Amino acid sequence: MYPILVLSITGLVTLFLGFLKSKKVLLPATLFFITLAFLANFYDWNKPGLYFSSMLEVSNLSILFTAILLFSAFLIIGLSKGFLDDEHAQPAEYFAILQFSLVGAIMMTSFQNLIMLFIGVEILSVSMYVLTGSDKRNIRGNEAALKYFLMGAFATGIMLFGMAMLYGANYSFNISDARAVLLQTSSAARPVYLYVGVTFLLIGLLFKVSAAPFHFWTPDVYEGAPTIFTTFMSTIVKTAGFAAIYRILEVSFSPIYNFWWVMIVIICILSLLISNITAVSQISFKRMLAFSSVSHAGYMLMAIVGLSNKTDDSIVFYSLAYSLATISAFGVLMVVSQEKLVDGRPDESISVLNGLSKRNPFLAFILAISMLSLAGIPLTAGFWGKFYVFSDVAYRGQIWLLVVAILMSAVGIYYYFKPIIAAYMKEGDEEFITLTPLYKIILGITTFGSILLGLFPDLVRGLM
Amino acid sequence: MLALILLLIPLIGSILLFFLRGSNPGVSKNVALAATLAEFVVAAYTFANFDSQTLIEVKYAWMKDLRINFHLGIDGISLLMVALTAFLIPLIVLSTFKYNYKNPVSFYALILLTEATLMGVFMAKDIFLFYFFFEAALIPVYFLAALWGGENAPRITFKMFVYTMFGSLFMLVAIVYLYMKASTSNIQELYAAAKFIPATSQTFLFWAFFIAFAIKMPVLPFHSWQPDTYSESPTPATMLLSGLLSKMGVYGLIRILLPLSPMGVENWGMIGMILSVIGLIYGSVIAIQQNNIKRLIAYSSFAHMGLMAAGVLSGTLSGIQGAMLQMVAHGINAVGLFFIIKIMYDRTNTRDLQGLGGITQTTPALSIYFMIIMLGSIALPLTNGFVGEFLLLKGVFDKNAWLGGIAGITIILGAVYMLRMMQRSMFGESNTTTATFSDVKGTEVAVLLPLAAMVLLMGFFPNVFLKITEPAVNSLLQMIHP
Repeated sequence: MYPILVLSITGLVTLFLGFLKSKKVLLPATLFFITLAFLANFYDWNKPGLYFSSMLEVSNLSILFTAILLFSAFLIIGLSKGFLDDEHAQPAEYFAILQFSLVGAIMMTSFQNLIMLFIGVEILSVSMYVLTGSDKRNIRGNEAALKYFLMGAFATGIMLFGMAMLYGANYSFNISDARAVLLQTSSAARPVYLYVGVTFLLIGLLFKVSAAPFHFWTPDVYEGAPTIFTTFMSTIVKTAGFAAIYRILEVSFSPIYNFWWVMIVIICILSLLISNITAVSQISFKRMLAFSSVSHAGYMLMAIVGLSNKTDDSIVFYSLAYSLATISAFGVLMVVSQEKLVDGRPDESISVLNGLSKRNPFLAFILAISMLSLAGIPLTAGFWGKFYVFSDVAYRGQIWLLVVAILMSAVGIYYYFKPIIAAYMKEGDEEFITLTPLYKIILGITTFGSILLGLFPDLVRGLM
Repeated sequence: MLALILLLIPLIGSILLFFLRGSNPGVSKNVALAATLAEFVVAAYTFANFDSQTLIEVKYAWMKDLRINFHLGIDGISLLMVALTAFLIPLIVLSTFKYNYKNPVSFYALILLTEATLMGVFMAKDIFLFYFFFEAALIPVYFLAALWGGENAPRITFKMFVYTMFGSLFMLVAIVYLYMKASTSNIQELYAAAKFIPATSQTFLFWAFFIAFAIKMPVLPFHSWQPDTYSESPTPATMLLSGLLSKMGVYGLIRILLPLSPMGVENWGMIGMILSVIGLIYGSVIAIQQNNIKRLIAYSSFAHMGLMAAGVLSGTLSGIQGAMLQMVAHGINAVGLFFIIKIMYDRTNTRDLQGLGGITQTTPALSIYFMIIMLGSIALPLTNGFVGEFLLLKGVFDKNAWLGGIAGITIILGAVYMLRMMQRSMFGESNTTTATFSDVKGTEVAVLLPLAAMVLLMGFFPNVFLKITEPAVNSLLQMIHP
């Protein structure tokens, strides 16, 4: 709860800091505020409780999800260079909106009431719509923002519709009450609109985490948005979304597992198949990462299929591993793509990475580790992430889902290696790329984290 | 303790090398050689103190809630492989001394990383640890082959990488399945639990593991990556691939496949054996027609692996013992032969048999080494290849006389392509390119001498090696046929 309060206040403070003549103070200030929120987060460790008249529940799991969200946000904001190099940017507004969106994300991890979930989703989504279109002169950005807004509003509408039907079935928005009602009524006595409500609620949430077949907005929106906000979207929104999906399914709807597991399995298989097969032919690195994020949504859904007492560990670990790897990948892309402009916009194709190992060996290494982690190769965190979700699925005996996942992992290895091959084995420009110290530190942290978790996954798993 | 030291020395060596960026190449060569020699000394010490398991074994809790442990240990089967790795890698490093590879720091660091992961594979006593190292071993070799290889190396080695990873992923499914069924990942405990797995599941386990290891060795029909990769890779990478990484496949067959799906082996092992023997004949026949000597040795390597796979799948004592011995023998012979090819290429700039000839007129020493190693590859009695091949053929024959007979043709075919290569390159008329062939000296002799010596030593005293592995192999077989 405390991070919500802290971030709301500091978001407003950031807006006011925008009145200052010098914009240089905004980045350090925002980083400081997020650190404050991160520390405030742990104040409630091992002290679970309900807040805001049982609309918010703080538990160790929600604290861990919040920690991952705030840590990812810290890294991403650090990579933003404070928006100082663009004279059309409004850094104060951007940082403030990012902090407000984090409030929404944190609400999504610890909601106890469906209204709270809705508020969280909306705060996060509207912030993201605004940030997607923040580069007003970019046609692609405008298109992306409109697409995201329209489809997102539609999805939220469906989600709200589902919530209304759940209220009709359970006479309460509280998710524990929903569970109690499910346990007390037999399956014959449950109204049909309960199941419809569950389905619509899930569809709305699955849209937000870009699971197929609700993923069609993802490639265009990710590509059109400024890369820094794309990074935010693909890590924070996904982590928060999966925290919410896990929470609603585990707390409220685990008694009717037999109803919804088929839907989740189908969505999972579709996500894996569509995303991996399409990603193979992508030329743009940014679009490839967009499809990769859809595939990772599929992998995380596998953990949800195997709902067990280990699922929360798996999702936490996978979110962390995936966020670290994605932040590294986008971080490298941001710095490399700015060197070359195509039609006045940064060149984001995979070929822009050619010869990176000679231009900046550090960046090439960071890129290699992040691609290996996303592909799930041993020695990186991504391998253990995939291993845990595969184990969860095997626990439920879903061997066919496992086989599809493994085949798609093999396909994934193919396209995740294209950037590595471009960086190490193709010839590119000879110009050396310089990095600011903060950039180096942040990319170093993400890569070190990926390798550390690849060797000692228990560091995170042992926390629960 | 010793197991952990064996794992850490090359790892620390590669990290140490990283701090030497920018210094002259000689320093990195010497540091790499020192690290690998230190590893050899520790391995020799382990060999001597093999009886005290408490000194060697290492077990730490790795993932507590899943009960997966970081468990390393060495039994008879592992000891031979650890010894082979520790013996060959200093020689591989030494073989690069005369040449200057670009980016020597990364080059030697990758070789040392490969050694570390190989040690991990051979010493792992936990099946997830085995899988971890099995996959991890591929990464440094991939970079070695792709970055220092020929024109087409990146594309071809990428094919190898994806192909191998694909097979390994099948193995992952099988391992996860076993782990779920037996609630343990300790390999010894899995052996005990494997007997209770139903026959249909064992079929699935057999094929999942077989595909993974068959791609690695390789065995027909999963071999298409091998000839191109071996030819395009730089010689040290080819030596690592052919001498050590392919042995990981055979080791996997013995350590994992045979005991963990005994009924699978009983029902399907025959098909595996037939595929292996077909590969054996196929590889040998192609080798006979090859004029590119590097490809020739690559196909010969493929053929030898076929025989080893057939021997292991026969499930007999002679088959597995033969495979163990042949793994060591073939590792030594392959490294020797690829090095000799490198020497020839370095002096004459050609790998084509039609462009070579009469080299022996100026190189008495090289001729002797080449002859010894080649005869070892042909499996002449009193060389290292003989006992291994004989035991393997006996194992296959015990299982199925016809298959054994067909496999026996390998002796003839092996002699044909090897002697043809020797004759065309070393004997006959010398031409302008080979007239000025200088003899081997210095570091080249330092590499060839131990290899040739081992060929003869193993040929004269095979029992020294067979005795090491016999108890372990016997206990393994007891688990399969109680």
